[in-house]
Amino acid sequence: MPSFYCAWFVFNTCTGEGARAVPLAGHVGFDSMPDQLVNKSVNHGFCFNILCVGETGLGKSTLMDTLFNTKFEGEPTQHNQPGVQLKSNTYELQESNVRLKLTVVNTVGFGDQINKEDSYKSIVEFIDTQFEAYLQEELKIKRTLHSYHDTRIHACLYFIAPTGHSLKSLDLVTMKKLDSKVNIIPIIAKSDAISKSELTKFKIKITSELVSNGVQIYQFPTDDETVAEINSTMNGHLPFAVVGSTEEVKIGNKMVKARQYPWGTVQVENENHCDFVKLREMLIRVNMEDLREQTHTRHYELYRRCKLEEMGFKDTDPDCKPFSLQETYEAKRNEFMGDLQKKEEEMRQMFVQRVKEKEAELKEAEKELHEKFDRLKKLHQDEKKKLEDKKKSLDDELNGFKQKKTAAELLQSQAQQAGGSTTLKRDKERKK
Amino acid sequence: MSSGVRSMVSMMTNLEGYVGFANLPNQVYRKSVKRGFEFTLMVVGESGLGKSTLINSLFLTDLYSKDYPGPSLRIKKTVQVEQSKVLVKEGGVQLTLTIVDTPGFGDAVDNSNCWQPVINYIDSKCEDFLNAESRVNRRLMPDNRVHCCLYFIAPSGHGLKPLDIEFMKRLHDKVNVIPLIAKADTLTPEECQLFKKQIMKEIQEHKIQIYEFPDIEDDEDSKLIRKIKERMPLAVVGSNVVIEVNGKKVRGRQYPWGVAEVENGEHCDFTVLRNMLIRTHMQDLKDVTNNVHYENYRSRKLAAVTCNGGVDTSKTKNQMTRSPLAQMEEERREHVMKMKKMETEMEQVFEMKVKEKKQKLKDSEAELERRHEQMKKNLEAQYKELEEKKRHHEEEKSNWEAQQRILEQQKLDASKTMEKNKKKGKIF
Repeated sequence: MPSFYCAWFVFNTCTGEGARAVPLAGHVGFDSMPDQLVNKSVNHGFCFNILCVGETGLGKSTLMDTLFNTKFEGEPTQHNQPGVQLKSNTYELQESNVRLKLTVVNTVGFGDQINKEDSYKSIVEFIDTQFEAYLQEELKIKRTLHSYHDTRIHACLYFIAPTGHSLKSLDLVTMKKLDSKVNIIPIIAKSDAISKSELTKFKIKITSELVSNGVQIYQFPTDDETVAEINSTMNGHLPFAVVGSTEEVKIGNKMVKARQYPWGTVQVENENHCDFVKLREMLIRVNMEDLREQTHTRHYELYRRCKLEEMGFKDTDPDCKPFSLQETYEAKRNEFMGDLQKKEEEMRQMFVQRVKEKEAELKEAEKELHEKFDRLKKLHQDEKKKLEDKKKSLDDELNGFKQKKTAAELLQSQAQQAGGSTTLKRDKERKK
Repeated sequence: MSSGVRSMVSMMTNLEGYVGFANLPNQVYRKSVKRGFEFTLMVVGESGLGKSTLINSLFLTDLYSKDYPGPSLRIKKTVQVEQSKVLVKEGGVQLTLTIVDTPGFGDAVDNSNCWQPVINYIDSKCEDFLNAESRVNRRLMPDNRVHCCLYFIAPSGHGLKPLDIEFMKRLHDKVNVIPLIAKADTLTPEECQLFKKQIMKEIQEHKIQIYEFPDIEDDEDSKLIRKIKERMPLAVVGSNVVIEVNGKKVRGRQYPWGVAEVENGEHCDFTVLRNMLIRTHMQDLKDVTNNVHYENYRSRKLAAVTCNGGVDTSKTKNQMTRSPLAQMEEERREHVMKMKKMETEMEQVFEMKVKEKKQKLKDSEAELERRHEQMKKNLEAQYKELEEKKRHHEEEKSNWEAQQRILEQQKLDASKTMEKNKKKGKIF
């Protein structure tokens, strides 16, 4: 089905620049082209994805059931969710010969936390994820766009609590974050709690708050004459005040969807009671295709542009030769590889540097060590010399002493001999 | 986030009550009319086969007139590719029609590669589209890709010429090729039948894939389509001239023996061609061009690029199903991991080397310490020895000195005694 978007930029009127108008001499038959296109699209089937954002208990699921005349699955959720989660379900519906793959995404736990600052984040993330999936498919080398199941959100119904006063700050913050990503259709939920006069004031207040906060909600298109009038009227009724109900009540001789109170019955499809019919008209019967188109040509393109720019892609000057994807990929890739190599080189250099530094450090340490030991060695040498000197002096003394001793002994022995000989002589003489 | 596709069985029949999305087709219709349509038709064939006339007959207009002479009236030396753009309106529907003509095709003596300009043209239109589609800021640009190529076969009655086969073989995977037998009013019905059979046989032999008019989901139409398929290739006659036949104004060719009516199904297949080409399958031709031929071109072009410019037909299936951006991401991640690994490795090596060096230094220090200690000890020992020696010597000396003193004393005493004795007169 995106095959009709293949030449998406052909969404502008083909005025055929450079084409001259020629008259036809008869019926050629190309006026069947719209039918050919329609037949193909009917055969292919349609798909539509709605996101319902709103606090727990505002009747999102009930409204979906009522809009699509069916009972979608799901238990009513509790209020104790830790964060905002998104639950999506896909259904295949058929009405006459038209098949529709409808995906309803519900925000679970929205508005239930004490700190709601991050509430919008999971919603934005979800929307972006769908864009990303499409983008990835579109960028593949072998792609199958025409059979791709488009999961991008085409419409976001934002459920406003029927306080009757004004928008909550959570509402403003969330819608502001979403308005550039998805078509926002704000609706006043459970509006059977508001009286008619209060409702008018409420709607005015909401609209003015949206405007003053710069929130861009979806405007029903007024460029096609066939629907311009109804669309512009409906634009004035925004936000739609809706009531949902799958219960049927007998009114007159018909069974109608309604909510029964002791004081009366609110009929869902009664335009005096609520704007349900308007919503259904606008959302489904008149502008479903436009919602899809806007998602593709505006919101998705914005996402794509931002994503590509983030990755560093950019178009060359539009005035000179046209941008070539191949060249850019090539250039990107080279740049990228060059980058990586540079990083590698840097890391190596850093290591080399560190090694050098460490080596120098260690060399210093080594030098110091050697110096230290050199000093010690010198000290040692000095000590040794001193020792040598002492030794020498001792030796000298020893020698001196020895000489003295020897000399003295010699003398003694001489003296003794002399004395001895004298004694001997005397003794000898005595004996005579 | 849970997700699942549930088929509501009760929903496959009509919904209870009105929802309104059955109006979607009308919405699509409305938007498409507002947008307008465009179609590019290429005609290829030798000169004189009535290409321009056929176009005029098909679109009931004078595409080539006095002010805009057709290529056939101009003499071409080489194969040209020329386009004319016209805007036609009918029943509120606007169509921008581009006719691409190829004058000079097959007219030369040596026609080798005369298909190349045609291929180049088709590829360049695909490239333009690819570039426009690939821009970051995508702008509005018309779809100028060639949606259909009518190939004119000369009515020889025998079979396809080598040039016909060659051309169709080269073009069948780039564009929707519809072969036509031109100037079919030179063939009798039987000759035409045989000719068609022969042509189809040769087409199948050479595995040429011509455009198959697919079945449209409508019982009566599909029967019609099957019948039509048996008439392929379509034998056509064109005419710019309107002649009166039996009170009716018809387009035809006047001969002395009668009028060959263009729009008479028994005379030729022109009506079939017109119905198929314009009234029932124009959108399909565009879709096949977009979904098949263009995608083939694109994937070939991009596969070549992501392989560093080199043509690599051996891309792994994995890589083909990933977008180049994703692939770059993958490469980036791989590289980051590689770098991390390299970093840790280098760290390890570094640490180890440092440890080694430090250890060595430590060892060296220890060694030096040890040696120093030893020397010190040695020295101390020597000192001790010296001290010992000295002490010993001192002792000896003092002993000896003491002894000497005693001896001296003795001597002194002895000499004293002798003196005494001498004095006493003991001397004889």
